[in-house]
Amino acid sequence: MTIKHHLDDATLMAYAAGSLPEAFNLIIAAHVSLCDACRAGLHSFEAVGGALLDEIATAPMDDDSLARTLAKLERLPKETTPSFRPRGVLPDPVQDYVGGDLDAVRWRPVGMGVKQAILPTSREASARLLYIPAGVAMPDHSHGGMELTLVLQGAFMDEDDRFGRGDIETADASVTHTPTAAPGQDCICLAVTDAPLRFQGWLPRLVQKFVRI
Amino acid sequence: MIATLHSRPAPGTLGLTRALAPRLRVVSGQQHVTQSGKGSDPDWAQMMVLVRDSSDRTAFAALFGHFAPRIKGFLINSGTDATNAEECAQDVMATVWQKAAQFDPTRASVATWIFTIARNRRIDMIRRQRRPEPEDLPWGPEPEPDQADVLSLQQESVQLTAALAALPEKQRCLIEQAYFGDLTQAEISQITGLPLGTIKSRIRLALDRLRHAMKGQL
Repeated sequence: MTIKHHLDDATLMAYAAGSLPEAFNLIIAAHVSLCDACRAGLHSFEAVGGALLDEIATAPMDDDSLARTLAKLERLPKETTPSFRPRGVLPDPVQDYVGGDLDAVRWRPVGMGVKQAILPTSREASARLLYIPAGVAMPDHSHGGMELTLVLQGAFMDEDDRFGRGDIETADASVTHTPTAAPGQDCICLAVTDAPLRFQGWLPRLVQKFVRI
Repeated sequence: MIATLHSRPAPGTLGLTRALAPRLRVVSGQQHVTQSGKGSDPDWAQMMVLVRDSSDRTAFAALFGHFAPRIKGFLINSGTDATNAEECAQDVMATVWQKAAQFDPTRASVATWIFTIARNRRIDMIRRQRRPEPEDLPWGPEPEPDQADVLSLQQESVQLTAALAALPEKQRCLIEQAYFGDLTQAEISQITGLPLGTIKSRIRLALDRLRHAMKGQL
């Protein structure tokens, strides 16, 4: 299946430059794992970093610097090329946080059959896996900050579009939407935000307080 | 097997898809690749291959002489003090040695590859975070890469450097701040007092210029 929804230039460049919080790095690494187009884009932005490094003002190294580095090499075995895991539902960078594929996820129910699992990243932004049963709508919510949502299984639809495996949705504070898991297969997403989700209506707000959604 | 990879220009690329696409191209026997601009530079990719395949310490010392002061400059630019920058630059070069098996001269220039290692070390040092990386493609470096692919990637790097140097000052500064300052666009906006919209549009203009400059290469 072809990926239709990609990362934009600014996000790929910030990932290449290394200026994003850990949770965003995670979702971008996960999308690039599934998307050849964004992988090529990332290589381009890393090439910009390489070109800048080659032209940067140099800072002289200490006199004994090379000798000390050569001494460090004695303690460092050269790595061989890594072996490859068979591909699961969760891309490798997500598996590193979960400790395995889907069967290792520790889901917590949040109501209406929806489940989530918060992944341990730095506090500047949060990453969670969401499990939404087929056909079930997420509570209506708007965003306080930047939110990226990557589909890993099944699909979801909002008012405008359909998002399948590998598609990534970018939303900011101006977006209010009601994503619904497509019928057929339960939907699993990785969602990352730099602000807590705000739900509209008192009941979900109460839920939000207890379940950190 | 390789033909499943990239055959179309990708959204979000500068036209440097060659980093991934080299195996798709048919290279004619008499294609000449001219070294422009930096013809006197040693062949860093060749040195890196010597480190990778033969643990060559002379080649490593040459790479160290060129790249370590650049890595140190990069770390100092990102706000690291000179003592830590010295130590970290040594660590980055040690990692270059350790991870040499991953270097593929048809995918990235030595400068690009070392940039990614230095960037990850900086994230580790400043943010105390690990850096999630994409899954690697399911094949490693080829033992005998096509020299034409290696040369065209090198030439592309030279061209990209020239295109960056030719950017208007205001645009180039923002790109440098984005890469070297460990700053988000919002943070650059706070520091410079420039509206976020201005920063976004300048960076967009800069990327358009880079794409335009690289177009002749595809």
